[in-house]
Amino acid sequence: MTDAAWESFSNQAVAAAGLLYFLALLSHLVEWASLRKVPLASGPDASSSIDIPGGVAVATGPDSEQAEDRARRTALFGRLGYLISCLAVAVHAVALFARGMAADPNRVPWGNMYEFTLTGTFVVAFLYVVLYRKFRLAWMAPIVLAFVLTVLMVAVIWLYAPVAPLTEALSSYWLVIHVVSAIIATGAFTLGGITSALYLVKERSLAKKGPQQTGYVARLPQPEALDRVSYRLHAFGFPVWTFAVLITGPIWAHQAWSSYWNWDPKEVWAFITWVVYAAYLHARTTAGWKGRNAAILALVGVATLWFNFIGINYFSTTSQHSYAGGAPAPISAETMDR
Amino acid sequence: MSTVLSTRPPEDDRRPGELTFRELLRWIWRQVTSMRTALILLLLLALAAIPGSVIPQTGVDSLKTSNWQSDHPKLTPVYERLGLFSVYDSAWFSAIYILLMISLVGCIVPRTFHYWRGMRAKPPAAPSNLTRLPDHATYGTTEAPEAVLERATALLKRRRYRLSTPDGGDSVSAERGYLREVGNLVFHLSVLVVLVGFGLGSMFGYKGGVILLVGDDFGFSNNLTQYDEFKPGSLFRTDDMEPFSFKIDDFDVDWLTTGRRAGMARGFQSHLTYREGRDSPEKKYDLRVNHPLSIGNTDVFLIGHGYAPTITIKDAEGNVSGGPTPFLPTSQSFQSIGVVKAPDAEPTQIGLEGEFYPTVAFSDETGSYYSLLGKPYDPMISMLVYTGDLGMDDGSSQSVYALDKSKTTMLTKKDGTPYRLDLRPGETAKLPNGLGSVTFEKVPGVEGGVQRWNKIQISQTPGKWIALTGVVMALIGLLGSLFIRPRRVWVRARREGDGTLVEVAALDRSGGGDVSVVVDELVATLQGPPDKREDQS
Repeated sequence: MTDAAWESFSNQAVAAAGLLYFLALLSHLVEWASLRKVPLASGPDASSSIDIPGGVAVATGPDSEQAEDRARRTALFGRLGYLISCLAVAVHAVALFARGMAADPNRVPWGNMYEFTLTGTFVVAFLYVVLYRKFRLAWMAPIVLAFVLTVLMVAVIWLYAPVAPLTEALSSYWLVIHVVSAIIATGAFTLGGITSALYLVKERSLAKKGPQQTGYVARLPQPEALDRVSYRLHAFGFPVWTFAVLITGPIWAHQAWSSYWNWDPKEVWAFITWVVYAAYLHARTTAGWKGRNAAILALVGVATLWFNFIGINYFSTTSQHSYAGGAPAPISAETMDR
Repeated sequence: MSTVLSTRPPEDDRRPGELTFRELLRWIWRQVTSMRTALILLLLLALAAIPGSVIPQTGVDSLKTSNWQSDHPKLTPVYERLGLFSVYDSAWFSAIYILLMISLVGCIVPRTFHYWRGMRAKPPAAPSNLTRLPDHATYGTTEAPEAVLERATALLKRRRYRLSTPDGGDSVSAERGYLREVGNLVFHLSVLVVLVGFGLGSMFGYKGGVILLVGDDFGFSNNLTQYDEFKPGSLFRTDDMEPFSFKIDDFDVDWLTTGRRAGMARGFQSHLTYREGRDSPEKKYDLRVNHPLSIGNTDVFLIGHGYAPTITIKDAEGNVSGGPTPFLPTSQSFQSIGVVKAPDAEPTQIGLEGEFYPTVAFSDETGSYYSLLGKPYDPMISMLVYTGDLGMDDGSSQSVYALDKSKTTMLTKKDGTPYRLDLRPGETAKLPNGLGSVTFEKVPGVEGGVQRWNKIQISQTPGKWIALTGVVMALIGLLGSLFIRPRRVWVRARREGDGTLVEVAALDRSGGGDVSVVVDELVATLQGPPDKREDQS
């Protein structure tokens, strides 16, 4: 295949992945809509009363055959949604691969904002699919899928850039190490942020309505369980982020820009994100900050993370992270001024 | 905190709640080192770092900062007073992180002692009622309690638990995961190490830049006078500069000829010849972006390049001045701006200002020249001519890329349009009114006949290895403190009726761990495989 063919193949794969995410989202929405009619399970075993591990709590009481039938249909849509999600992630991976093949010379697909966003959403979706069983993430499905779909659309509509060769400063093996770790951490933090948000929702509704809840919130796991999943995602993301931002970043900066820490806006915000997540980890062990405040800190963290990823590019023009601008000026012009 | 007071009767006429100086100090120390304060300081640090990412910083980009300052005359004095143009050196930013460091030390020291004691302590005895713990299990068996406890001891020892069996007791206590706290301490200590490394770098290091022309006639030797810009740390001494020297023999650019970014430079490299000391042998190095040259403790980086057209001005009396003049690239295709000054020209000073195009093209749309490609296929300069006082005599420093036009007049044609010099290498133009002539010299042996320059950055960052070691240690410590799970396990067996009742309980001490799995697994192993159990019953 020619480079141009790879590129259009990649674009088609992105569109196909988007469509599949949408179908998966629809399937989960049907699942959740019909769940409203299914009576809420009670008792501690509710979370495992469905045939697929990680599935949503559904009562299998002795009520009636009709209810049982409905429960089965609901489970079917849940399973279908998960399977389509898996397929979407696979197609998403193909899109990324094709994007890398479209460049001359072939390279990792992390040269500009479009490619970063494509990879970032992939990691979020991938982690969700992989952790689905382990952490019983069924309750997260509609939110993760809506998030991935939205960000993917933003990438295609506003951030799209044709395949182009890497600028000189980016062509280093540190690109692979630095960016892959930053993106993995971003994926984990995003999932952690979603969990923390749901923790707040659940906690608030428990405080307001007590155990008599309805709808989606009723089927969320207990706050303690949400808090634990959130902590695990963050505990995974934080060392990876440390590695990306405070080890490989400075090493590469030293090689390319001659000093390991430049107080470049991207660096500053990566540092801010790091400090906020450090505060989150501390807050979890501090009396009076546990739970609610820690969850709010996790949300602040995810906000700084995504602001750094996209937002700061519109606020500051001094960044040396050359992928951030539209058409990067030759580095000589930038650095000559200093 | 005030309970400290109540242990002693008031010995003077203090009002209740009043603190002595020592007590006040102790109270402050406790406040500063409390977890809550550390947390607030962390958040403050994050908040304080924000302005520096939005407001241009002198230390990061001084030109952009001064431009911003002249655009905002009203805000500038306020911002200056607040230190907002150098946030990361400002008193308030330093105050936050110094307080944070004090708080950190205040946390680490007592915790180290505490840990040291805990390290040698035996696992605590089993609570009297194990079934009150959230994660527990019980089962009955016909085995003797001693046999069960013996097996439990062996089992837990194999899993590297630290054990204690109180004399004559009916239970086993086990604990593991001591390294979590070590990881925690290592992480926090490493933060201090990183700070020391970072501080050494910014105090004793320097960073400088030089624009060096390519060719044997030009060279650089490492002393202060040769730098175009120089940013030393506060404690930097010039004796620390290493006596190396280098010159650029040749410079290659790999131009993209096809695809969307055709005309752009994909890669470039400088072929250097350098000496590490005054009398050291000559060595060669190909300098590229991302591939710096290390000489001793100093690193040499290639960070940019451009063209330096050789322009000479011959004045009315025949005096020649000028030479290769670095032009500043402004686009991907190396359209560059530059200025040539002839302050010694007679009868009047002459200044040229204009653009250089490596491969010139004319746009009908804008009615002006532009550069098609960065590679010099058809180089041309297009300059305007200014005469009069260039303002160079008052001794103040001037940018080499700008012309002070306040006391000059621009040469015009008879119809009033600007007099423009469009020259290709080897061409000469006569200036009107007998002022002299300007030549764009063709340099032999150079691609396109146009001289090149390289921007070389030179920096010395002592302590960078300390900082790196610190961060790596911090990461290792962090992994330990996040993923080592400290837990306690108790097994109690006692006779009850005919058989033995075995109770197993576990406690996760990190929070967030799920120990019910540990209990279940331990019970299953203690009971043995199902068929064996059958035999026993």
